[in-house]
Amino acid sequence: MSIGPKCEVPNMTLVNSQDVGSRIQADRVHGSLYTDQSLFEAELAKVWYKTWVYVGHVSEVPNSNDFILKSIGPQSVIMTRDRDGNIHLLLNRCAHRGNQFCVSSKGNSSTFTCPYHGWTFSNNGRLRGYPFPNGYEGVQRSGLGLGHVERVAVYKGFVFGSFAKEGPTLEEHLGAARGILDRLVQTSPDGEVEITAGFLQHRTKSNWKFLVENETDGYHPQFVHASIFNVAESGIGALYGPNSTAVARDLGKGHTEIDLRPEFRRIGEPLAWFGTTEDRFPGYTARMKQAYGDEKANQIMIDGTPHAMIFPNLFIAEIQIFVIQPVAVDETIQHVTALQFKGAPDLNRRLRQQTMGSVGPAGFLLADDSEMYERTQRGVQALSPEWNYLGRGKHRERRDSDGFLIGDATDEITSRGIWRHYRALMET
Amino acid sequence: MTIDPALLAEVTEFIYREARLQDDHEYDAWESLWTADGVYWVPANGEDVDPETQMSIIYDNRSRIALRVRQFHTGKRHTQMPRSRLRRVVSNVELNSPDGEQISAAANVLIFESNLRGDTLWAARTQYVLRREERGLRMARKKVILVNNDKALYTLSFLI
Repeated sequence: MSIGPKCEVPNMTLVNSQDVGSRIQADRVHGSLYTDQSLFEAELAKVWYKTWVYVGHVSEVPNSNDFILKSIGPQSVIMTRDRDGNIHLLLNRCAHRGNQFCVSSKGNSSTFTCPYHGWTFSNNGRLRGYPFPNGYEGVQRSGLGLGHVERVAVYKGFVFGSFAKEGPTLEEHLGAARGILDRLVQTSPDGEVEITAGFLQHRTKSNWKFLVENETDGYHPQFVHASIFNVAESGIGALYGPNSTAVARDLGKGHTEIDLRPEFRRIGEPLAWFGTTEDRFPGYTARMKQAYGDEKANQIMIDGTPHAMIFPNLFIAEIQIFVIQPVAVDETIQHVTALQFKGAPDLNRRLRQQTMGSVGPAGFLLADDSEMYERTQRGVQALSPEWNYLGRGKHRERRDSDGFLIGDATDEITSRGIWRHYRALMET
Repeated sequence: MTIDPALLAEVTEFIYREARLQDDHEYDAWESLWTADGVYWVPANGEDVDPETQMSIIYDNRSRIALRVRQFHTGKRHTQMPRSRLRRVVSNVELNSPDGEQISAAANVLIFESNLRGDTLWAARTQYVLRREERGLRMARKKVILVNNDKALYTLSFLI
C-alpha cells in the first residue's frame, strides 16, 4: 500500500496533446509521451483495445471448464476453456447491473453466478438463467450475455485477444515475431512451452512504454545490472558490450529482439546460453537428440531461447516471460513467470530457480530495472530538454539477409522500431 | 503446551535483533544470523504454495542469501542507492512446540519504508525455525508471509 502523497504529473502543453506524430521523430521522442493522461486514454483505444494483445497460455487452462483471471490493460478478463475445448476471453462484468462477479484467480467451473442477483452465465459467455424468471417475460436472453474480447487466436499455445471486430489476423500482427515463438517452443523436446509456475506481480510507478523499450535495450545491462553481473561472475554482461557480435533487430510491427545467437554460436557450447553444460542435463540432452536428431538438437541447444519483445505486452526473456499491463499513465504491472518446457523437468527446475532469483519485486535484476523505470518517469517531467534522444547506432543501421533493420547489440534501433509502429497505430 | 518464559524471552530478543539489523542495513551481521543450511522464503500468491514448483518473491538457499548480501555491498544495487529508510515493529511473538533441536516461532511485523518513490507499508506474519549453535540462536529458516502477496507489489529490495 502506498501511503505517500500522490505525485501529480504536470500537464505538458508544449506540444499539442492530440498530435502524436510531432512528438515522435527519427531519433528522439518527446517526454510528454510518457506522462500525458489524455494520450494514455487514446492508447487504450488505439493500442490496447484494438490490436492483438497477449492474454495467457493454453496450459493455464488445461482442462475443460478451467478458468483463470487475466487482463488487457485495466480490463479484467476471464480466460476460460469450455467443455468443447474452445478458449474464450470474457469480461468480468455482470450483464445485469455491472458487478465484477469473478473474484477467484482461477478455478474450474462450467458457469459463473453473479452474487448480486444470482444471474448465471456459461463459460462461453451466454446467459444461462436468472432467479424469479417471470419478472423477465418477453426478454431475449441472447442479448444479455457477458461482454467478451471480440477475437481470440492462439499461436503455439500463446493466447492473444483483440477487441477489434475486424483487422489484421494474429499471424499478420505477429509477422516475423512468429519466428520468435517457433524458436522458443523448439527448446522443448515436445515442441511445447508450459506456463505452470504461477506469476509474480511487480508494480512500478512508470509508464508502460518505458518497460517495452527497456526489454530490448541492449545498452543498459552493463550499467543497471553491474552489481549482479559482478558478484555472480555472470557472462551475461559481455553479451551487451561494445564488442559483442549480438545483433539488435527491428522485426517490424513494433516487435524487436536482441539476437544473441551470434555470440552463442561463437562460443559453440550447448546450453552455454543457460550458463550450464550438456553433461549436467543428460536427460534433457538425450530427449532433445531423440526429438530433433543430433545435429538439429545441438544447434537448438547452442542457439538458446529468444530475447524478444512482442508488441505491445509479451516479453520473451530467454528463461521467463513478462506480461506488461498498463493500469494508469504512470503505473504498470509486470506479470512474470518461468518458462517451462514440456518434457524437460530437469531444465524446468533450474528455470524456476533462476527466474525467482532474477525477477519480481526482490529480483537481482528487475528491482534495478524498475528503479530506472520510476526514475525516468519522474525525470521526463522536467521541462527541459523535453526530448529523449534515441539516436544510438543510427549511422550504422543496416539490413540483414532477411531484410530486417539491424544494429549492434547496444544500439537503439529497437526503440526506434517500437516508436515507428506506435506512431502508425496512434495515427490510424 | 507449557511455554518456557526464558526461551520466549530469548527468542523474542533474537527476533528484535534481526529486525534492527535489517532496518539498519547491517548486512553482514544479519547474514551471520543464518545457519549454514539457511533458507529465506517470501512466498507469493498465498502461504502454502510449494516453492519447489511455484514462483516465490524470494526463495534463497544459503549461497543465494550470500549473493544477495554481496550485491548490496557492490554499491551498485541501484534500488538501494540510496537505501530505503526503514522502521519495523515486531509483535505477537509465539513459540510453537519444540521439534528436537529446532525452535519454531512466529511473529507479526509491520514495516514502514521510505524511499525515492514514496512511503510504503508492508505487513507480514514471519515464521522462524531457529537452531542453537555455539554462537547462540541462528535462523535455519525464515518465511515471510506478506498479507498482500497475491497482489502486485512495488519493488521489495530491502531485507524483509
